[in-house]
Amino acid sequence: MIFEVFRQEKKGQPFTHAGSVVAPDAAFADAWAREQYGRRGESEALWLVPRDAVHQVTEWADEFDLKYRRVDGYSIKERLRIARERAGTASS
Amino acid sequence: MPGNARAQLLLDLADDELILGWRDSEWTGIAPTLEEDVAFSSIAQNEIGHARALYELAAAELGTNADALAFDREPDEYRCAPLVELHLMDWAHTIARRYLYEEADRVRLDALKASDDVELAGLAAKIDREETYHRLHAEMWAGRLRDEPRFRDAVEELWPYALGVLAPEQRAELARRVGLEPVDAKERGSHTSELAELWNEMTEVRRSAPGATW
Repeated sequence: MIFEVFRQEKKGQPFTHAGSVVAPDAAFADAWAREQYGRRGESEALWLVPRDAVHQVTEWADEFDLKYRRVDGYSIKERLRIARERAGTASS
Repeated sequence: MPGNARAQLLLDLADDELILGWRDSEWTGIAPTLEEDVAFSSIAQNEIGHARALYELAAAELGTNADALAFDREPDEYRCAPLVELHLMDWAHTIARRYLYEEADRVRLDALKASDDVELAGLAAKIDREETYHRLHAEMWAGRLRDEPRFRDAVEELWPYALGVLAPEQRAELARRVGLEPVDAKERGSHTSELAELWNEMTEVRRSAPGATW
């Protein structure tokens, strides 16, 4: 079985994909992943996910030009400042 | 405990860990899978780290240093149990040894942790925290290979050697843990020719430049 390994570097940080281990079961994957991704204290936690359990999305319908959905060049900062003032939570 | 008995006990332990670490490191690069290669090499390094800490305690007792104890003695001065020096380049035997050694080491460490020798008890507790992972690894493999005749034969073959890792009064506990009947042990104190071969390789760099600081 292939287990995908996700690694969290510090508490509170997101888990990021670190690599994979090939192991006959979860116990072997546990032991091997510890050694490969944690033995130097580089990880706070690991997630081991059987590759078959990953639901992958690769197909994208892009039949129309949907560029207008992007927010490029649209500044939210000024709106946010005014909204905060209104709510009395201005951060200065 | 008189000073020389304490130093001798420390050398028994340190030599076991150094020589087994060295033997296990012979699998680096050629273990059955890449993942196991990384894990097995890491365990081998840990054992050598334990040896260093134990040699440092012994060195303080004997007025020398850890490197001198590890590398400057003659092969027949090493105190290691015959189990750890065997050259076993067969995975069933290698795992059988790891499994038996970890079980024996647990019995020994439990006794040391309860010792009145605060320094040694503290070091044993520290070592035991790493051994938890070694046991996890050994038990996982032993569990997987349990029904393989090659593995069972290897355990049986190495069983008298495993008993020799422990003091006589600790052997019944080991037999209980692994579910085997006590037999005559391969005792510590004499060596096979395999240790001399290992020693030649292990001390080669050190002997090439006596007195050098690394």
